[in-house]
Amino acid sequence: MALLQISEPGMSAAPHQHKLAVGIDLGTTNSLVATVKSGMATVLQDEHGHALLPSVVRYMPEGEVVVGHDAQAQQSADPVNTIASAKRFMGRSLKDIADRAHIPYNFVDSANSTKLLQIQTRAGLKTPVEISAEILKTLKARAEKSLGGDLMGVVITVPAYFDDAQRQATKDAARLAGLNVLRLLNEPTAAAVAYGLDNSAEGTFVIYDLGGGTFDVSILKLTKGVFEVLATNGDSALGGDDFDHRIYCWVLDRIRESTSNFNPLSENDTRLLLTKARQAKEWLTDNHEAQIVCRLSNGVLVDVTLSATQFVEFTQQLVIKTLAPTRKAMRDANLILEDIKGVVLVGGATRMPQVRQAVEEYFKQTPLTNLDPDKVVALGAAIQANALVGNRSEDDLLLLDVTPLSLGLETMGGLVERIIPRNSTLPVARAQDFTTYKDGQTAMSIQVVQGERELVADCRSLARFELRGIPPMAAGAARIRVTFQVDADGLLSVSAHEQTNGVEAHVVVKPSYGLSEDEITHMLKSSFGSAEADKTARMLAEARVSAGAIINSVTLALAADSHLISDQEKQTIETEIQNLQTVSQAVDADAINKAVDALNHATEAFAAARMNASVSHALAGKNLDSINL
Amino acid sequence: MSLNYFELFGLEPIFNIELATLESNFRKIQSESHPDRFVTASATEKLTAMQQATLANEAYLCLKSPANRAKYLLELQGITAISETNTAMPMDFLMQQMEWREATEDAVSAKDIGALDNLLAEIRLEAKSLQESLVSLLDAQKDYITATDATRKLIFIDKVSEDINRAIEQIDI
Repeated sequence: MALLQISEPGMSAAPHQHKLAVGIDLGTTNSLVATVKSGMATVLQDEHGHALLPSVVRYMPEGEVVVGHDAQAQQSADPVNTIASAKRFMGRSLKDIADRAHIPYNFVDSANSTKLLQIQTRAGLKTPVEISAEILKTLKARAEKSLGGDLMGVVITVPAYFDDAQRQATKDAARLAGLNVLRLLNEPTAAAVAYGLDNSAEGTFVIYDLGGGTFDVSILKLTKGVFEVLATNGDSALGGDDFDHRIYCWVLDRIRESTSNFNPLSENDTRLLLTKARQAKEWLTDNHEAQIVCRLSNGVLVDVTLSATQFVEFTQQLVIKTLAPTRKAMRDANLILEDIKGVVLVGGATRMPQVRQAVEEYFKQTPLTNLDPDKVVALGAAIQANALVGNRSEDDLLLLDVTPLSLGLETMGGLVERIIPRNSTLPVARAQDFTTYKDGQTAMSIQVVQGERELVADCRSLARFELRGIPPMAAGAARIRVTFQVDADGLLSVSAHEQTNGVEAHVVVKPSYGLSEDEITHMLKSSFGSAEADKTARMLAEARVSAGAIINSVTLALAADSHLISDQEKQTIETEIQNLQTVSQAVDADAINKAVDALNHATEAFAAARMNASVSHALAGKNLDSINL
Repeated sequence: MSLNYFELFGLEPIFNIELATLESNFRKIQSESHPDRFVTASATEKLTAMQQATLANEAYLCLKSPANRAKYLLELQGITAISETNTAMPMDFLMQQMEWREATEDAVSAKDIGALDNLLAEIRLEAKSLQESLVSLLDAQKDYITATDATRKLIFIDKVSEDINRAIEQIDI
């Protein structure tokens, strides 16, 4: 019989060994990867010394996939197979994309209008999730090469205003890339962490984050390593890309004025002009005028000069559009301008002078620009990743984030009943009771929506599910309790049970949009080009890793706190550990997963006892005199 | 274990709590129970952490708001402040509410955010005086009957403020 292996307390799993963890800023325009090395957050560079990886993916004729600068350089030459700004399409269906006439990709419409959009490339149909996974794979390879080992996990940042579908899509992309996601972190919160720790800032700060394709504004209270988000707001379809697009439209108008026979632009010309527009925007940050010169494929020469004044004028509405969410966030946080200690600018688009000026005028103070707006989010994510895997010795970093959008249910007449209001601190759960409308009714349909509008039709539908198996009763007699839980990643899960007659039907509902488990498995399979045998080996490896992790964590817990439970409970747990160790030697992944579940189940009371002990210790240890019970 | 919200934060069950203590004890509890502390833990520990952190958030939200704190204190006394059978309100308070609602509608049609902000400030003053009377009603006199009336007013006032904020949001675009 194999002996139970228990290492000396504090010795197992080498607690002081540095675990490899990185933060990834998966941006609309550029992506970055950063890590904490000897206590310092650093952005990792590629072999050419580039920190920024352009978020551009090109599918090559030979089946190869090229990501980054090389793909970006070929955008105009091969527009339909070179996808940029895929983040704008994450978790979206085709009907969500407003300006697709100006986007040179072959979008494929699905019969099902709520289905996620796809793009036709020479490598076949690609979802934004798969395209983003290519970017993540490139960053993963960069990190593993630079750090010299496998990553234990990553923190990936998302716009704070991303809804559930967009968050889920990001998580799916990471899974496709073979990354273990420790946490999805809101971009402005990540920026606040990097800024706050760097400057030992205390007080209430605003993070104004205008990126390539998204706008977020978050208000945080910073106190001794605690970052508490008071309110967040934004627009997940507003960013630097829109400023490029305004320039592009302006150039088109100039071409129309000067040419009599103006034909619709080819995809290559559209991409060329969009690139020229972006360059002009960047040039105008430090110059009074920008010259835009290029030759279109029909021979027409474009040569126009755009002044900074003109640019400011025709993008004024875009800048104004960021102020309404800003005011909303201030109101939700119940703050006045005098309460704000500093305004931190994040995102490349905040380099534009008109943006800085608008922020300064609204907050009546000069915004803080002493950090690199392109890198600060990745640095913050790296700091959080480092803390999550337990590398940080001082245990004082705590992020309390919120849900950006209200969650509700459809009620009679297509109206929304709010269940969880926006800006609720995560994790949050709410239960709502329902009853039947007719005698003998055995099923009901429930629709979950996200958004701030009164009508269901104006909000985003997250899930529609049916509760079946309700025991037949008189109308109004059944009691169905539906529980909504939003976890620390901002992701929703819904569960329901019927509680009369002692009958308890319990269902767990996953949101209906997004990729199904089957689709993910299929993509994983095809991306590894693997046969069934590889898949089995991969599943076995994953099962063994999770078995090792739980054995390690339970063993450590027993060594520290076994006095909290009875000898019998302790013995049950030890038996399950032993069983799992035995099963892990064999090659049956299912059996290992079952044994993991059994061990999890056996430790429920122990985990609760440990939680109670640590909570009362936290209150009693440091603050005895304030407790007068 | 079923600690009430005050016990959870190590506070005496009174209306006039020390908000700074509530806040710092909330943070201490979250430092121990937040899911970020359990990213590499077992599924059971993750679930326990999520439940504990969710409870701490809910309790904090309740005790932070004077109206909800008063309502919760009354619940601990077995009194339901707002119920379908108990909706009677003094006439002058109803009149006051009507006035606020009318003023809100007028300001909304005039798209006058300034007027709505002024209204909010006025309502906040009213809420403050109710909170002061609740300190003596709940903590000193333990006059739960009168306290229930004041609590109900405070809850209605919160509702009016919420509606005004929503109205501001609709015209501020």
